[in-house]
Amino acid sequence: MSVTAKPAVAAPPARVATGPALATHQVAAFVVMVALLVSAPFFVYPVFLMKALCFALFACAFNLLLGYVGLLSFGHAAFLGSAGYASAHAAKVWGWPPELAILFGTVMAGALGIVIGALTIRSRGIYFANITLAFAQMIFFFSLQAKFTGGEDGIQAVPRGTLLGVLDLRHTYTMYFVVLAVFLLGFLVVYRAIHSPFGQVLKAIRENEPRATSLGYQPEHYKLIAFVLSATLSGTAGATKAIVFQLASLTDVHWTMSGEVVLMTLLGGMGTVFGPVAGAFLVISLEHYLAQLGSWLTIVQGCIFIVCVLTFRRGVVGELGRLLGKPL
Amino acid sequence: MTSDVILETEGLTKEFRGFVAVRNVDLRVRRGTIHALIGPNGAGKTTCFNLLTHFLTPTAGRIRFNGRDITGSRPATIARMGLVRSFQISAVFPHLTVLENVRIALQRRRGSSFDFWRSDRVLDALNARALELIDAVGLVEFAATPAVELPYGRKRALEIATTLALDPEMMLLDEPTAGMTHEDVDRITALIKRVAANRTVLMVEHNLSVVETLSNTITVLARGEVLAEGDYAGVARNAQVIEAYMGAGHA
Repeated sequence: MSVTAKPAVAAPPARVATGPALATHQVAAFVVMVALLVSAPFFVYPVFLMKALCFALFACAFNLLLGYVGLLSFGHAAFLGSAGYASAHAAKVWGWPPELAILFGTVMAGALGIVIGALTIRSRGIYFANITLAFAQMIFFFSLQAKFTGGEDGIQAVPRGTLLGVLDLRHTYTMYFVVLAVFLLGFLVVYRAIHSPFGQVLKAIRENEPRATSLGYQPEHYKLIAFVLSATLSGTAGATKAIVFQLASLTDVHWTMSGEVVLMTLLGGMGTVFGPVAGAFLVISLEHYLAQLGSWLTIVQGCIFIVCVLTFRRGVVGELGRLLGKPL
Repeated sequence: MTSDVILETEGLTKEFRGFVAVRNVDLRVRRGTIHALIGPNGAGKTTCFNLLTHFLTPTAGRIRFNGRDITGSRPATIARMGLVRSFQISAVFPHLTVLENVRIALQRRRGSSFDFWRSDRVLDALNARALELIDAVGLVEFAATPAVELPYGRKRALEIATTLALDPEMMLLDEPTAGMTHEDVDRITALIKRVAANRTVLMVEHNLSVVETLSNTITVLARGEVLAEGDYAGVARNAQVIEAYMGAGHA
């Protein structure tokens, strides 16, 4: 409705406002977000916040694919989980420092992303969701059976270690700010990718793929890069999470995790910059504060999801952006 | 001799589960001409376009562009060689602005399209050229308007500007004036004439007065086969063509 009401045609600008100048409202939103996240650990349980931040990064990475390429992967747990195993193994068995362990997990997820992406990127819609799920199930099975993952027990008692040899991560606040830094870095990578020449082509492909092809773009190449980028950052989230919780377990490779990130992204607002962050915090808060409901939690979650889809389809941030008339 | 012909097909055939949409079409488009492909509905014109740009794979036959066999080349590769198509349904990127639409095409030639680590402000360097192209199709006042908000005729103009941004040696236009108002038809006709000055155009068109104004050569397709070929006057007198258009009895 708002689209047709815009008087853009009636009032042509004399000299065209050209390049998308850095949107000030997004900068403002970013500053608010950073301020909240920096002060939050002094009011809220930091371990909870760290969990939410890891998932926020995971959701942002996922949103790059769903919101900006239009591909619904139902197997992103594979990247989160296997990066967790990789970094936990590196930190515990090989005794690597946390920065290298996280980097290793990230790289492994990226490599896995190249393999899975190359095999799946040509399919679309429900087929893409299915085939990514199938691959994720293979990774799950592998994680269950392989020796180094510890099967049902996972990899426990992973040492947090000392970051760059100076920051002792056993201190909760130190760990928190490291996680925050990792999250912000990942968030900015996603933001930049969306607002880059590459992101512009992605948008074009999402809008009209045959036309993009007819202009000489090979859509699969762009989709694959986005997929690998998404997988890599999901890996960063998983690897960091394993260090924070000193644990890599089957939960993170399970298909329900792939579903949870879909929920976070849709609840927050897919295709928005801040939506996945809000969505992740919402879902993790629900799980945290409604934990005493036990298995009823999924029912409550389901109801919230239904209400969300029925009433505000764009997600929390998407609706907020619409009310403000500015994309967030 | 061959350098005179830019695009050539030989026995081009496309079957869909027993139904032959295009049968044994030999097309020869001369460099620097405007060549029209006409024919009644279902004659296989659009299928032909899809085959030429490999949006469909031919069942049989060869396609040569500039002497090179492009039968098996991928659509994006064919576009890069300089054979660029438009679509029957207006092909714009609806939620990008007019400027951004044209820039997408310019960006491909510039070659920084994989850079996901650079700000999209580097694309501003393309704005001047993009605005020139937008101006050429009379859309300069809409440069900041999302394409979805343009009226239909303007969308087609935008599509042509986007195609021109690639500076293609040859343009394939699929019904460039379909669904347009009279003024729009005149504007687009003039535009096609102008941009065809130093390139080759192959177009599918239903509006016969547009065909008459623009084309040097006309190929008439009916039921997937070439019925007649020649200039407008010659084709218009052809008894088979009249029959195909009007039905038996009028010829």
